[in-house]
Amino acid sequence: MKIHEYQAKELFRKYHVPIPAGGVAFSSEDAVKISNTLGFYPVIVKAQIHAGGRGKGGGVKLAKSSEEVRSTAESILGMSLVTNQTGPEGRLVKKVLVEQGLNIKKELYLGFIPDRTTAKIVIMASEAGGMDIEEVAEKTPDKIIKVFINPLSGIYPYHCRDVAYGLNLPADSVKEFTGMLNRLYKLFTDCDCSLLEINPLVITAEDKVIALDAKINFDDNALFRHKDILGYRDIDEEDPLEVEASKFNLNYIKMDGNIGNMVNGAGLAMATMDIIKLAGAEPANFLDVGGGASAEMVENGFKIILGDKNVKGILINIFGGILRCDVLAEGVVQAAKKTGITVPVVIRMEGTNVEIGRKILSESGLNLITAVDLKDAAQKVAAIANS
Amino acid sequence: MSVFVNKNTRVVVQGITGKEGQFHARQCFAYGTNVVAGVTPGKGGQQMDDVPVFNTVNEAVKKTGVNCSMIFVPPPFAADAIMEAVDAGIALIVVITEGIPVMDMMKVKNYISGGISRIIGPNCPGIITPGECKVGIMPGHIHKPGGPIGVVSRSGTLTYEVVNQLTLKGIGQTTCIGIGGDPVNGTSFIDCLDAFQRDSQTKGIVMVGEIGGTAEEDAAEFISNNVKKPVIGFIAGLTAPPGRRMGHAGAIISGKSGTAQGKIETMKKSGIHICENLGALGELCVSVF
Repeated sequence: MKIHEYQAKELFRKYHVPIPAGGVAFSSEDAVKISNTLGFYPVIVKAQIHAGGRGKGGGVKLAKSSEEVRSTAESILGMSLVTNQTGPEGRLVKKVLVEQGLNIKKELYLGFIPDRTTAKIVIMASEAGGMDIEEVAEKTPDKIIKVFINPLSGIYPYHCRDVAYGLNLPADSVKEFTGMLNRLYKLFTDCDCSLLEINPLVITAEDKVIALDAKINFDDNALFRHKDILGYRDIDEEDPLEVEASKFNLNYIKMDGNIGNMVNGAGLAMATMDIIKLAGAEPANFLDVGGGASAEMVENGFKIILGDKNVKGILINIFGGILRCDVLAEGVVQAAKKTGITVPVVIRMEGTNVEIGRKILSESGLNLITAVDLKDAAQKVAAIANS
Repeated sequence: MSVFVNKNTRVVVQGITGKEGQFHARQCFAYGTNVVAGVTPGKGGQQMDDVPVFNTVNEAVKKTGVNCSMIFVPPPFAADAIMEAVDAGIALIVVITEGIPVMDMMKVKNYISGGISRIIGPNCPGIITPGECKVGIMPGHIHKPGGPIGVVSRSGTLTYEVVNQLTLKGIGQTTCIGIGGDPVNGTSFIDCLDAFQRDSQTKGIVMVGEIGGTAEEDAAEFISNNVKKPVIGFIAGLTAPPGRRMGHAGAIISGKSGTAQGKIETMKKSGIHICENLGALGELCVSVF
């Protein structure tokens, strides 16, 4: 799960990680009020959306007076902010973060992520702050410091020293920095983060270390033990169909194509999307109805897929194995009748009683096309796409 | 021959009295697996069919001599169940549970490091040596005993698809292993490839990967240095959008890393036969093996 910068900074404040003074505003009036409490100019007005690259897209601006705060906030609020991560349609900005400008001496990068291979928590840091860290990693890997921490034993002072001295911090900042590193590690593990990134982390002219930016993602699997963090979810940042699907416990991701698909199991679902593409069409979605694939799941799946007006055909691919295909076929027929399917549906299923299942489909009187295997399914989907 | 499980494997099911645990314990038993014990805290002394249920894994080990555990315990309690099995000296722990927090699995993985236990999964279909032993939720009947192909995969139903195509072409399997779709898992592609390379009955390997992480790239490097048997590879997720979690917790492209294209290129360079069209995997296997 993703959260906004201002929410991440709320967590930083809770863990005593220094952030610039400021607050979140939903209107230009609020933005002015916040800037008036900050004391002096310039202040920074930052669009709050769940995507990076906001600065380059025109969503982060400097304001040198109360009037400039108002006009800047007015221009950013309500804009469709297009960044390299939003897609061409952009994202509607509904709130801005108003913060005190800082006297910056140096910009650093600091990130925490779980490392899949070693099963350790990695702290990544670089003196090349404020830049795309992937680019830094690619072009100048020696500029990135990596420190691995065993989650069983936790963070030790030497981990912090490795990072601090690796970053060539001014002597006066080291102690403050290592304290902050400890608290960030605690935040990371306490809250089951899957990413914690500060880019840039700045050293001010006064040698203070301050998190100018903040990005936190959480491990969805761990949200059951973080009810408070669930309160940070912002449904406005999600696709409406995906929100609807999540209510049915369906794993749905909307895409741009016109062939909808419904599959049991994530790997097979991805492979099915790839097959649609290979057949010369484009997948309209990813939809995993789960290993079991009950009639109710199929019905809900139909509703979600048909909510996308671009869909001109649907491929259902269920490899049940233990699952009985006659039961599944009954479910598909009922669901199709209930939801009033208007587009052709190709069904490939495998499992116990597959012959009876196919018979039920063909005798249903509905526009259900059975496929005997994946190859056959791909050809039938291609025929729909090209019709 | 086979890897990790065979007809002598003795299985305890942790979470045997739950809906899933009970159903699949019966399926495994029906397949011929020695399911000899179950564990559900608080239900010790009961029976599930003819299988005795114990309160602790330790008790199950002492009374029945189990050496393998199949875990269906829900995510909040899964790490506890795995470490209980580790401390009871269970050699092979197959974790079916989906949705275990990454932090919990990282702790578990560091905990078992250097010990005797191997974990398969989590979030996996399990492992099967056709005709001998099924420890998992896969449909047994689609498999063909006797080898000569080993299958290793990050997926569930996609693996069934692959195995089914092999069987329909008359190609049997030595052992099929689902290593799971989570970012942190117990047994890697490399562990399985190494085991298949050493297994005299296995003559070829099918490896099924997907987007996210670098496990396939690491495996490709291992293959070019250590695996002498032919390997066919398939990668799911060529059409997956970046930054989105595609069902599996581990299936996510982050920036430029973890793409299907990147994995396929690396695997090709290591001499792996890449299957471009899943529908034609069976035919490719016939021509390569």
